[in-house]
Amino acid sequence: MTETLPGAAIPNPTDEAAITAAVDQAIAAIAGAGTLDELKAVRLAHTGEKSPLSLANREIGGLPKDQKAVAGKLMGSSRGRVNKALADRTAELEAQNDARILLEETVDVTAAPRRRRAGARHPLSTLQDRVADIFVGMGWEIAEGPEVESEWFNFDALNFKPDHPAREMQDTFFVEPPEAHLVMRTHTSPVQVRSMLERELPIYVLCPGKVFRTDELDATHTPVFHQFEGLAIDKNLSMADLLGTLEHFTRQLFGDEASVRLRPNYFPFTEPSAELDIWHPGAKGGPRWIEWGGCGMINPNVLRAAGIDPDIYSGFAFGMGIERALMFRNDVGDMRDMIEGDVRFSEHFGMEI
Amino acid sequence: MRIPLSWLREFAAVPAGATAEDVMAELVKVGFEEEDVHRPTDALQGPVVVGQVLSIVKEPQTNGKTINWCQVRVVPEGQEQTLTGDSIDPSGVQGIICGAHNFVEGDKVVVTLPGAVLPGDFHISARKTYGHLSAGMIASVRELGIGEDHDGILVLSRIGLDPEIGTDAMELLGLYDQAAEINVTPDRGYAFSIRGVAREYAHATGTGFTDPATKVQAPAELSGGYGVKLNDDAPIYGKPGCDRFVARTVRGVDATKPTPPWMTSRLRLAGIRSISLPVDISNYVMLELGQPTHCYDLDKLSGDIVVRRAVAGEKITTLDDKERALDIEDLLITDGSGAIGIAGVMGGAATEVSDSTSNVLVEAAHFDEVSIGRSRRRHKLPSEASKRFERGVDWHVADIAAQRVVDLLVDLAGGVADQAGTDVGTAPDAVTIALPAAFASQRIGIDFTEEQITTSLVDLGAVVEKNDGGWTVTAPSWRNDLETKEDLTEEIARLVGYDNIPATLPVAPPGRGLTRVQQQRRRLIQSLADAGLTEVLAYPFVSKAANDTFGVAEQGAARSAVKLANPISEEHGFLRTSILPGLIEVAKRNYSRGFRDLALFESGLVFLPGETVGTQSIPPLGVKPSDEVLDALYDGVPDQPLHVAAVLTGHDSPAAAGHTPRLWDWSDALDIARLAGDVLGVEVVVSQGAHQAFHPGRAAQLSLRTGEVVGYAGELHPKLLAAHDMPARSVALEFNADALFEAAADVIVARHISTFPVATQDVALVVPQEIPADQVLEALREGAGELLEDVALFDVYAGKGIEEGKKSLAFGLRFRATDRTLTADEASAARESAVALAAERFGAVQR
Repeated sequence: MTETLPGAAIPNPTDEAAITAAVDQAIAAIAGAGTLDELKAVRLAHTGEKSPLSLANREIGGLPKDQKAVAGKLMGSSRGRVNKALADRTAELEAQNDARILLEETVDVTAAPRRRRAGARHPLSTLQDRVADIFVGMGWEIAEGPEVESEWFNFDALNFKPDHPAREMQDTFFVEPPEAHLVMRTHTSPVQVRSMLERELPIYVLCPGKVFRTDELDATHTPVFHQFEGLAIDKNLSMADLLGTLEHFTRQLFGDEASVRLRPNYFPFTEPSAELDIWHPGAKGGPRWIEWGGCGMINPNVLRAAGIDPDIYSGFAFGMGIERALMFRNDVGDMRDMIEGDVRFSEHFGMEI
Repeated sequence: MRIPLSWLREFAAVPAGATAEDVMAELVKVGFEEEDVHRPTDALQGPVVVGQVLSIVKEPQTNGKTINWCQVRVVPEGQEQTLTGDSIDPSGVQGIICGAHNFVEGDKVVVTLPGAVLPGDFHISARKTYGHLSAGMIASVRELGIGEDHDGILVLSRIGLDPEIGTDAMELLGLYDQAAEINVTPDRGYAFSIRGVAREYAHATGTGFTDPATKVQAPAELSGGYGVKLNDDAPIYGKPGCDRFVARTVRGVDATKPTPPWMTSRLRLAGIRSISLPVDISNYVMLELGQPTHCYDLDKLSGDIVVRRAVAGEKITTLDDKERALDIEDLLITDGSGAIGIAGVMGGAATEVSDSTSNVLVEAAHFDEVSIGRSRRRHKLPSEASKRFERGVDWHVADIAAQRVVDLLVDLAGGVADQAGTDVGTAPDAVTIALPAAFASQRIGIDFTEEQITTSLVDLGAVVEKNDGGWTVTAPSWRNDLETKEDLTEEIARLVGYDNIPATLPVAPPGRGLTRVQQQRRRLIQSLADAGLTEVLAYPFVSKAANDTFGVAEQGAARSAVKLANPISEEHGFLRTSILPGLIEVAKRNYSRGFRDLALFESGLVFLPGETVGTQSIPPLGVKPSDEVLDALYDGVPDQPLHVAAVLTGHDSPAAAGHTPRLWDWSDALDIARLAGDVLGVEVVVSQGAHQAFHPGRAAQLSLRTGEVVGYAGELHPKLLAAHDMPARSVALEFNADALFEAAADVIVARHISTFPVATQDVALVVPQEIPADQVLEALREGAGELLEDVALFDVYAGKGIEEGKKSLAFGLRFRATDRTLTADEASAARESAVALAAERFGAVQR
């Protein structure tokens, strides 16, 4: 690379045509530079110390006084044009260079490995939280209790007479020795009794949890399952309040189209008692009524067992199964899927329900 | 309860065309859930007609059997065959091959003609067999689906029938009838009868009802009959075991007479097998009126009947020919020979009616619900009788039921009733209930009219009298479930219809939201899932061995666990004291299904019985127990803390292009336990641990700063993994989450954030191999003083350049002051002080 353009004479700084020619030549060379390296050579050739324009500039000093100003102005603007062209071209080539490097760094984003993976919640656990949240939103509180429970809390306090056939309806796991009067709770109702004994009135609590019955595992039965039971005790509560509460809740969980139907039934701990059906708009195979649980107005004997005066307070209670809800809400066909712990089951649901 | 529609129709206005489904749709409105439909025509279709066997030609076959080639007339002689169809002979005589031999020429039989369909989707058509065209079948009861007896074909004369040839046999045998099966809740004993259900049907439809009890003419008084004494010297809860015993005598019955088809058909639809005429009559009356009765062979009785409790060592052989040892609480029917029946549960074999019986003593008694229930449970003898007695039978229907049995024995068995009879006992007081005027409306939320209230109650059979503040209601004698104003309120709402209840939403007082522990638990579970673990839920039932392995850490420590009296399987007869056994089973199941990389966790209660388990007795219902009694109940319940456990095996992530997964190792188990601590704001301290389920050198004990041990983490014991067919190097952890929740600070006090520059210094210390790094780090922390902001172990090295049996631990120390920029000298001094303490405690030497 040479520092002067070969064969070029030094142009006269007052010769506008010659200077312009040199400038044009320089600008053409700048424009022709394809890489930053080429541009560097062009810069040296056209703006370096030995370049025609630099040399011409140096001539200004020897000019007569009256020509100096004209020559200075000409050379200044000419050199300015060349410098600007250089700067512009530099920016252009740098941008091109940057773009090329980025292009070269392109990856196949579809081949990205998954390193971090969220695990999964069990859908029964997620659904239980969801149900609890709906009631918490209504101002209710969540109450919990032990799974191995005194028979008194599981039966007697709930008005199950010691010899009544109703006591056998709930196939109970008894704890050894039988004289210890301990059972695995057959429902979460003992938590209701504990709540009544421990809390101030009025009471609005939801009791979710595991319950146990001596059923063999099959597609629709399991000896361990989950329930949530609600309990409200206040002055002047009626069955209409029970229905309204259930309706509000089911609409939160199943959509605005859902509704509730009550049918007469029997439970020792409620009087009147009702079976609870819900109208499930999203049911597989079309909207229909689905049996979901039991409910009723709390039997005064249950209030008495907790020292609550049934002449002043009344209350309602209800209980539904979470497994059953998961079956008809999320179309789980076989109870065993919920029990076996196959990772595909939980992972399909992820964190949501 | 199964309700034959023809029977229901006798007492309630069931429309002629109504199906079992229609009836169930009505009954469900008043609280009887649909269970099933029993309809013979679902499986049996005609033509099925009465035929007479004209001729039988016996044709021996080469296989040694003899078959009968029969000509059977199916249309009365001289009449035309009106049925048409393939192989229906216009002559009215069908040629039929029959393999049975229990009939003779002239017998009238049931012929299933070509075109008929029998249970089992068996289509009858003419077929060539044994060299003849057999055009139909001579049927047995089994083939018709009306009995188990398949010894031979049904000869109609043997069931007392001589119908005209060509009669529709399905009509004759009651096979066009159908039954609705409904579920009766345990409070409604009265609904285990046609009487009760007919009344309910009338409630549901608002139509009329005839009480079957009113159709029976029983004498107002009975006397001079068989001697009966009620002699209960040990009543349960003060209630005599038997408070009424009606005995009637019918003489000269023919017990071998066949039961008429209308009765067997109804019994069959109701689910009861025909046994003999006297027994069938007894069952029939029980179904109709709800009163179980019993027929004794009068000639086998000796001396007065005494109803009493059993004496120690007493035995009875019951109708099912089993000898049963009796309990002194069992209520017995006895005579001079001893026990002749367990009252209300099952009669004795010695006095049962048989074909040779000619004189019958009919018993219709009223027993205490509790006494019968206990005997039934004790002897595991659920019977139709005990089912009704346990739930309560109408005291006032006993004499009527006895009369009904007597009438049927006279009508159907040719007996003659004695005028004399026995009726001993005392009627219980009628139950009267005060119903305040506004009570039902308030409780239900419907503004009931007076008429709605009184009509509903009167329809039930109650007597309603107006008083100042409302009504005095006398409950009907068959409704032992009606005791309180709440009971009456349910009846009013039920009869007016639950569908009329409006919906109102009560507003709860402002709540506090989830409790702190509930929030902590949610956060913990969610964090573990977020960290890549999959939540599963296993059963809490484990073996004793599993509890011994996973329960407590100390070798030889007492391993108490809750044992179930009636587990699903004896092998898993205990409640878990650790989550891990169930979780390992789940891991194993997934592994066997081809999932090699697993990270599973479960949270759940474990069951740790303390010194006191349960209570000797439990307080009565309907009364709040004293504080002492309640405390005893609370204290008797085993401790049940929430545990969280995880099992990790295989790799931490799936292999992929550009990513090499890492094998889970012992440190991951510790890491997850510490992460759990982090999300709760509790420091989980690890130290070298020993637990029989873990690798002896790769287990950490997890504890709190207070020293309380909360769990274990590390590599599972290789032998244990091998025993469970689990991959080597699988790791696990388990901790008591409740302990962590409790240790979390209520309020976290902010720390001043210094903006002065940091001064970092590294130090490498050589210590003996067995010194835990954590303790060295702790010494540095203490020794460095308050200028130390953080210290971390960043390298562990043993080998070349380090003395045998020692290791080099490299720590990074970060110093900062809150009020000034530290000088290099200050930082170095703090480091020296840190190193000095490590040297003092562990002989650490700076490299």
